[in-house]
Amino acid sequence: MIPAAFDYVRSHSADEAFAELQKYGADARVLAGGQSLIPAMRFRLARPSVLVDINNLRDLSAVRVNDGTLHVGAITRDSDIERASWINERRWTLIHDVSCVVADPVVRQMGTLVGSLCHNDPAGDWPAAALAARAEVVVRGTSGTRKVPIDAFLVDSFSTAVAEGEMALEARFPVPDERTAGSYRKIERKVGDFATAGAAVQISLNADGTIRTAGIALTAAGPCAVRVDEAERALVGQKPGADLIRAAADAASKKSAPQADLRGSIPYKKSLAGVLVARGLRQAFERLGVNV
Amino acid sequence: MKVSVTVNGTTFERDVQPRKLLAYFLRDDCGLTGTHVGCDTSNCGCCVVVMDGDRAVKSCTMFAVQADGHQILTVEGLADGATLHPLQQGFWDQHGLQCGYCTPGMLLTAYALLKHNPNPSEAMIREGLSGNLCRCTGYQNIVKAVQQAAEKLREAAAVAS
Repeated sequence: MIPAAFDYVRSHSADEAFAELQKYGADARVLAGGQSLIPAMRFRLARPSVLVDINNLRDLSAVRVNDGTLHVGAITRDSDIERASWINERRWTLIHDVSCVVADPVVRQMGTLVGSLCHNDPAGDWPAAALAARAEVVVRGTSGTRKVPIDAFLVDSFSTAVAEGEMALEARFPVPDERTAGSYRKIERKVGDFATAGAAVQISLNADGTIRTAGIALTAAGPCAVRVDEAERALVGQKPGADLIRAAADAASKKSAPQADLRGSIPYKKSLAGVLVARGLRQAFERLGVNV
Repeated sequence: MKVSVTVNGTTFERDVQPRKLLAYFLRDDCGLTGTHVGCDTSNCGCCVVVMDGDRAVKSCTMFAVQADGHQILTVEGLADGATLHPLQQGFWDQHGLQCGYCTPGMLLTAYALLKHNPNPSEAMIREGLSGNLCRCTGYQNIVKAVQQAAEKLREAAAVAS
């Protein structure tokens, strides 16, 4: 269970890290939290010949809100998000929920949100949350820095819009308005196991109580996190209600395309996707003070 | 690669391969075998140590080179001479272990937990220890041990201030 040998480069600035990644291309991997990469290397599922350690880049460790945006740096730990002073505000309930259930509490003290997005494991929690919250990822490439909307960022299982020699610098979440709440519901066999199924939900209401925006996405329901756009469209403009929740849940079950494994069959997981979206919506509405 | 890691206040300067995991560095290069390797796959938490005072990390899922220049606390660094740390005393008094294999990881995870939250509820302790597996005791006495330690540490902090 010892990883294959590799060369280790500790970078002291984003410029330096980027230069190293440019130099080594496909042979190099960024080492941030390492909570997915290191186990993969130990199982020899990953054999990078160079690791570029970015853990010293303090500039990338921030989790802060400014200019209407939540910035989460490439080495911001999940536990930093879980402990942020503003995280208990209702508008951040989706992000807060996720920050409390990724892997286990010790792994969260090293693991990073941006790393989870870059790893893009179909069972990872952050990709679905990023879809529901309509995040974008700032990527440094040869032609400068670009912002990639999350839908375009998550390409396929373990594959993202970050090309060889590039690096993700931070994830950005638009600050939701006051009348926003979310929820993240997941079923796991035990703490730290891969999700059997998960659902991320974020809802903003208009002043008249109708739904202004809806974000709904699924974990472990396809090659990577899945946006349930049919459910989102069904919700917008409507008043929260039981029928609406049922319709969204049905759309989620239909959209879910999981793989059968020891955690459950395809019909079971498709059913769970609907159940978790319904629970998530009910909780988000409750958090908004709406009875359904 | 040359690294300098301060473990329990003592600086260890060693030449290691980048692929050496921190758990094996502590055990084989520093001779500190109190840090246990259980599952070797970051599931069980037996290998947890505390980095830079308040962060619990699984030392089987971190390279020794990442600890270069950092402070590591292992189970060997908890007691003050013959006086056990309140967490160790809690495990002793409440029978928080049988075989003891998971205990170092439990102690260090709880240590970081109490640094961030000196007065956790029972639910918070259970949640905080949910990444650590014990196959003997069933957790009940481990939770009691942490509760006892939290109380003792709060009393000590109150006296000190």
